[in-house]
Amino acid sequence: METRLDKTLEILFELKVGDAMKKDVVTVGPDDAMGKLNEEMSIHRISGVPVVEGKKLAGIISISDLIAWLSAGVKDSKVKDWMVKDPQCLYADQPLIHAIKRFDQLRFGRFPVLDRESGELVGIITNGDIILGTLKKLEQDYNEEEVRRYRASHFFEDINADHLDLTLAFIITGKDFDHAGRASTTMKKNLKRLGLQPEIIRRAAIASYEAEMNVVIYTDGGTMKFTITDEKLTIIVKDRGPGIENIELAMQDGYTTAEPWVRELGFGAGMGLPNIKKCSDFMDLQSVVGEGTTLKLEIMIGVNDESKRINPEAKS
Amino acid sequence: MKVKELIQKLNLELTSTSTALDAEVQNAYASDILSDVMSHAKDGSVWITLQTHRNIVSVAELKSFAGIILVGDRKPDDETLKKANEENIPIFSTKLSTFEIVGKLYELGIRG
Repeated sequence: METRLDKTLEILFELKVGDAMKKDVVTVGPDDAMGKLNEEMSIHRISGVPVVEGKKLAGIISISDLIAWLSAGVKDSKVKDWMVKDPQCLYADQPLIHAIKRFDQLRFGRFPVLDRESGELVGIITNGDIILGTLKKLEQDYNEEEVRRYRASHFFEDINADHLDLTLAFIITGKDFDHAGRASTTMKKNLKRLGLQPEIIRRAAIASYEAEMNVVIYTDGGTMKFTITDEKLTIIVKDRGPGIENIELAMQDGYTTAEPWVRELGFGAGMGLPNIKKCSDFMDLQSVVGEGTTLKLEIMIGVNDESKRINPEAKS
Repeated sequence: MKVKELIQKLNLELTSTSTALDAEVQNAYASDILSDVMSHAKDGSVWITLQTHRNIVSVAELKSFAGIILVGDRKPDDETLKKANEENIPIFSTKLSTFEIVGKLYELGIRG
């Protein structure tokens, strides 16, 4: 399951250098006097300046170059005599994670940022910009998450009762591959509308799709019932047979009784029941050969912590 | 990378009428076993497969995929296309094999 650290990593891949960089860049020209550079640096309180000729980057000059010039005691010197030529750059479309790696490798204080197509200087980025950019994105995601949570609680708070559950049922037709997946996809949309957390929706979508496909592939049909309370989502799938002879065997990864034509469609790989188990907090499978199978699943809502999940092994 | 950039760089043929081509793609998954895709592909991925029946649209919907790439010049069945258009899921076709298209996606920086 996704941890918060994964989330940060995700953000660092998602955000581009161009999203976090400073666009307002103080620059100097190669023919500017070193005295002018000195002034620019102290006015803007910056420690490094890109050197730009036309719109192209000619070099970069930092406070250490300025100190070198001062201690050399040469007057009337120009920026181009002291700057670093062909500096290391980043491109605006590179992921932020790439920038972090470059900072780590080269230990520079800043990188000029270029537009990949035109090669022109479009910004500058420091370690501080990366942190600020990441925090802004986290804040934005957090706000969106809060809106989602509000919607969920809103629904359950709007309707008053001592106990509330919402049940939605679907009919599944056996062997009807054309309409297979209808219940699960419709239900995913419903859960989104109810404002459930994305992680819960993801698990419910996988578990219900696998369960629905099992009814389509192996049985003459059945029903799927979703019950949502403020505590958990319960999915009950019932079919009219033929039933499972050996449940233990059916639970094994890769075990299948699907016919070859079904497997050619990409179903019946023997992964369905193990997938369902992986996605649910509680799973109970009851079957009578010749009569039918009942599968009951529970996914806890609001409990997003693996350690707090009920161990399915202990209950099944 | 955006879906529309992938179309251009990989010379994909858009077979559905989907307009959802601005989605940002970072991941891809190649498999023809639907349960495997359900279990292992990351949400928002591009999915490479040779299956053309309409159940691929359900899988793409449930996993919020950015698009489906059919390999070996395969085209979606009529029913698949109809459902993909309803759900606004882009389905692409490429003349390349799975191995070749996956290699190209990897070169473009897309990961598993």
